[in-house]
Amino acid sequence: MTSKQKFLYFIYLHRTGLTVTGLSLALLLLPLFEDNPYTLGLTNLIAINAIVVLGLNLFIGYAGQISLGHAAFFGLGAYGSAIATVTYEIPPWPAMILVAAIVALVALLVGIPILRLSGHYLAMATLGLNFVVHTILLQWDDVTGGPSGFSGIPYLSFGNFEFDDEVRLHYLLWGVTLLSLLLCLNLVRSGVGRGLSALAGDEIAAAALGVNTRNAKIKIFVLSAVLASLAGSLFAHCYSFVSPDSFTIFTSTDMVIMVVIGGMGSIWGSLFGAALITLLPEWLDLFETYKDFIHGGILVLVLMFLPQGLVTGLVESIKIKLALRRRKNAST
Amino acid sequence: MLQLKHVSKNFGGLPALSEVTFGVPKGQLTALIGPNGAGKSTLINCITGVLQPSSGNIRFQEREIAALPAHQISRQGISRTFQNLKVFSRLTVLENILTGLTCEGGDSMIMAMLRLPHLRHRERQLKLRAMEALDRFGLTDKANWPAGILAYGDKKRVELARATVSRPQLILLDEPVAGLNAEETATVGEQLRLLRSSGHTMLLVEHDMALVMDIADQVVVLDSGKCIATGTPGEVRQNPLVLEAYLGRMDATA
Repeated sequence: MTSKQKFLYFIYLHRTGLTVTGLSLALLLLPLFEDNPYTLGLTNLIAINAIVVLGLNLFIGYAGQISLGHAAFFGLGAYGSAIATVTYEIPPWPAMILVAAIVALVALLVGIPILRLSGHYLAMATLGLNFVVHTILLQWDDVTGGPSGFSGIPYLSFGNFEFDDEVRLHYLLWGVTLLSLLLCLNLVRSGVGRGLSALAGDEIAAAALGVNTRNAKIKIFVLSAVLASLAGSLFAHCYSFVSPDSFTIFTSTDMVIMVVIGGMGSIWGSLFGAALITLLPEWLDLFETYKDFIHGGILVLVLMFLPQGLVTGLVESIKIKLALRRRKNAST
Repeated sequence: MLQLKHVSKNFGGLPALSEVTFGVPKGQLTALIGPNGAGKSTLINCITGVLQPSSGNIRFQEREIAALPAHQISRQGISRTFQNLKVFSRLTVLENILTGLTCEGGDSMIMAMLRLPHLRHRERQLKLRAMEALDRFGLTDKANWPAGILAYGDKKRVELARATVSRPQLILLDEPVAGLNAEETATVGEQLRLLRSSGHTMLLVEHDMALVMDIADQVVVLDSGKCIATGTPGEVRQNPLVLEAYLGRMDATA
C-alpha cells in the first residue's frame, strides 16, 4: 500500500469519528465568526429540532414505523419543564430528567397498545395522540395557561452561569445535540441497530433472526419520545415561553418531513433535514405564508424521486453506481 | 431433535395441516416434499413461530416450542431461509450476515448506545465470524456491496450464509434452489452436504427431486396437509401412495 492509499484507508476506517470531530470543531468555532444573535438563534432552533429528528429517524427510518405525533412528546417535555420549574419550583436540571422519565412512561403506556398497529393505522393513532395532547395543553387553562401560553420559565444554569444569550445557548444546545448524535450513531452501528434495520426490512425475517420485534419497536418509540421530551425541555428553557401552537400536528408533520428529506435510516441525514426545513422559511418571505404548501410539495417530490430521502437517496445511488462499476471491472 | 406430534393448523374452517407427525433426527438432513398446496410452508411457519398451530405439539430438544413467539424459537437455535428471498437490500452483504448473529447480541439498547469497550471487542469478533461465513459461500469480494444489487443466486447464498453463521442447532431451508440453474443447484447441494458433514441438522423443503433424492437421509411426504409417508429416499420413491400423490405426476411431466 502506498502512503496515499494508507491515508485514504485510515480516513475510510475512521470516517464516523472524523466527521463527528470535524462537526464539533466547526460548531465550537462558529460563534467566533458569527455572533449575530438572529443567526445563532436559528442554528439553535436547528439543534433543538435535530434532537427530535434523531429520535424520530430511529423510529421511522431504522425501525420502519411511522409517527405523526411526536410533537406531543415534544410538547409534553416543554410544558412538563415549564410546570415543574415554575409551578412546583423544582430546579431545571432535575425537572428535565423527571419530565423525561414521565414522558418515557407515557410513551410506554401509549406504545404498548398502538404499536400493535402498522402503516396507516399507526399513523392515525399517533396523529390522535397529538390531538389529545394539544387539546389538553390548549384547554387545561389552570395548569397550562391555555391558548395564551406559559411564560416566565427560568433559564438553565450551572451555579451563577446562566444560559441566557444565544452564544451560551449555542454551546449548550449543540452539546446536547452532538451527544444525542453520538449515542444514536453508536446504537445504529451495534447489533441492536442491525436488528432494527432488519425490522424495517422485513418483520418476519427479523423475528426469525431472533429480534424481539414487539419489544424493539416499543423501546425505540420510548427512546424517541425521551429525546423529543429533552428537546422540548430545552426549547422551554431557551425561549422561557411556550404556547400550544408550537405542538400541533403541523409540527409533527414538519418533523416527519425533516426525517424524510434528510433520509430515512440516516443519522447524518437527520441533521441535514432539520437544518434545511428550519432554514427554508427564513430564506424566502414567501415561505411564511405558503409554508405548509411548500413543505408538502417538497415531501411529495422527494418521495416520488428519492423515496429513501435526499441524503440517503443520493448517497445510496452513488454507492450502487460504485459497486456496479466494480462488478463490471471484476468481470472484465 | 425436532419432534412434531399431531400438528394441525386451520385457517378459518379450512384445514391446512391435519395431524402431522414426524421427527427430524439430529445430524441428518430431512427433506419435506409434497405437491403445491400440500402445507409445507405452513408447516415451516408453524415450526418457526410465524404461525401458531391450532393443535398438536412441537418439541425441540425436549422443549415444547409450539406456543413460543418467533424470536424465542430462533434463540433456541432454529434458523431458516425463506422461499421468497428476504435479504435486507439496504444493508451491505456483510451486515446481512451480521443480522444472523443478532440472537447472540443480547445487549441492551443503552449499552449499545454507550458503545462500551467489551461491546467493541465483541463486534470485531462477530465481524470475523461473518467474514468466515462469507468465505464459505464465496462472497468475500462482495462483502461491502449493498445486498440489493446482488444477482438472484448470490442473494440465495447470502440467505444461506445468514442462516448458518450462528451455527444453529437446526436449519430450515425453504426451497433453497428454486430458480437456480443446474450448476448453481449443484453448488448449493454441495454446500448442504458440507453443512451436514459438519454436524448440522437440516429440514429441507424442496421441489427439486433430483437434489432431494441425492442428499436427503430421510424424506417426509406431505399431501393435502397430511403426512402420507416417511422413510429413506429409496423407500419413499417406491411407496405407491407417494407415487400417486406426487412423484408419478412429476415423472410424467419431466
